[in-house]
Amino acid sequence: MTETTGTFAVKKGLAQMLKGGVIMDVVTAEHARIAEDAGACAVMALERVPADIRADGGVARMSDPELILKIMDTVSIPVMAKCRIGHFVEAQILEALGVDYIDESEVLTPADESHHIYKHDFKVPFVCGCRNLGEALRRIGEGAAMIRTKGEAGTGDVVEAVRHARTVLGEIRHLQIMPVEELMTYAKNIGAPYELVMEVHKTGTLPVVNFAAGGVATPADAALMMQLGVDGVFVGSGIFKSGDPAKRAAAIVKSVTHYNEPKILAEISRNLGEPMVGRQISTLPDNELMAGRGW
Amino acid sequence: MVGSMRIGILALQGAFIEHEKMLKNLGVETQQVRLSQHLNDLDGLIIPGGESTTITKLAIDFGLFDDLKAFASEHPVWGTCAGAILLAKDDQSNPPRLDVMDIQIVRNAFGRQVDSFQADLQVPSLAHLNGSNPTYPAVFIRAPIINTVGKKVEILARLGFDKIVAARQGHLLATVFHPELTNDDRFHRYFLEMIPSK
Repeated sequence: MTETTGTFAVKKGLAQMLKGGVIMDVVTAEHARIAEDAGACAVMALERVPADIRADGGVARMSDPELILKIMDTVSIPVMAKCRIGHFVEAQILEALGVDYIDESEVLTPADESHHIYKHDFKVPFVCGCRNLGEALRRIGEGAAMIRTKGEAGTGDVVEAVRHARTVLGEIRHLQIMPVEELMTYAKNIGAPYELVMEVHKTGTLPVVNFAAGGVATPADAALMMQLGVDGVFVGSGIFKSGDPAKRAAAIVKSVTHYNEPKILAEISRNLGEPMVGRQISTLPDNELMAGRGW
Repeated sequence: MVGSMRIGILALQGAFIEHEKMLKNLGVETQQVRLSQHLNDLDGLIIPGGESTTITKLAIDFGLFDDLKAFASEHPVWGTCAGAILLAKDDQSNPPRLDVMDIQIVRNAFGRQVDSFQADLQVPSLAHLNGSNPTYPAVFIRAPIINTVGKKVEILARLGFDKIVAARQGHLLATVFHPELTNDDRFHRYFLEMIPSK
């Protein structure tokens, strides 16, 4: 009996198990424990949440392996970690640590301004951000086993996550009704692999799981993204930059399960304390925007 | 008759849509279960893969936990991966388990995600569903393992010689792998055969 590890089905399969769930950014083992107790389906281990990366400036890199290992020791749920765009050695290190998913993330400072990591070479699966269908299919072509919207991380402003989710899902709906002879030109125009364009045309869905990320701060934000049609939600700064992280984390988990029940959403949104202090994206200078990173 | 069956799928978190698609392709009516009232008039229930800690917490917080236990004492229930963990004997770990099936199960028994794998299993109980072929393509994702089983439990499949990966106790079925991630519907058909005809 042969056991085959690292197949695409196995990589994509873990993301399928995360669906309908919330993946939370945590910077300490204690945060990780709070996230797990609140019902997170996975945690993202990192040194600074995006709001702090934004505030601190400087180069943002992969986190210290010591921190990641501590978090892996603390919780039984999957642990993800971020590497810089194109930094395949950071990815090799994260794989060697045994993290369950790697986020090749625009939240960190890119290491390569033209190329992403060739992700098929890894046994550990990757999640990547996107703003539109072309970007999503390029990442899947490189081997990403899960996709998320980029949104604008660390702002607490959901507007970009909504824009990116509406763009990707709208482009899929458009692609579905295109006559077949238009697909090659469409693939050329959006810069996506033709075979994947053909597949989405036939199935009407991305070939991998698609989460929302970047600016989700409240249960209502999370439920909004779910109603728009994503499979689950990442929450970065929104939980541990708020007044009562444990309570807010549990409420956001519930909102992703009961996203279609306004009465339940009303109940779980009560008395959550202060949300994170947001930064309105339209007031940010262009050089502070992260979503434009990625090629 | 498959046509008149109504099967619930616990939809708190995890891969419930994959199970729903498999059942719909078999012509079965399905119901996503998020609250206790969704259990009414169901002929059986699937508890899908996902994170068992998340699913259990949500079941407790919305008052579903005891109703699931009551449902499983009377009706056919199939747990895949996280679902199998929920069906198992309570081992006093946190979070609690439904404690309805006489199996002891250990979470993440094969290691982390890099150790997740695919393997062909020999499942004699499925042979009659596919021209007597017992080979079944199983997908294991951070899978648990069934350590010990009680006397009333039938072992349906092992990995290698010793590892128990599928088991049945009367109207309860547990698989530590994910039939909903394959194109092979034999385990779903096997579960439907466990539903008593009306």
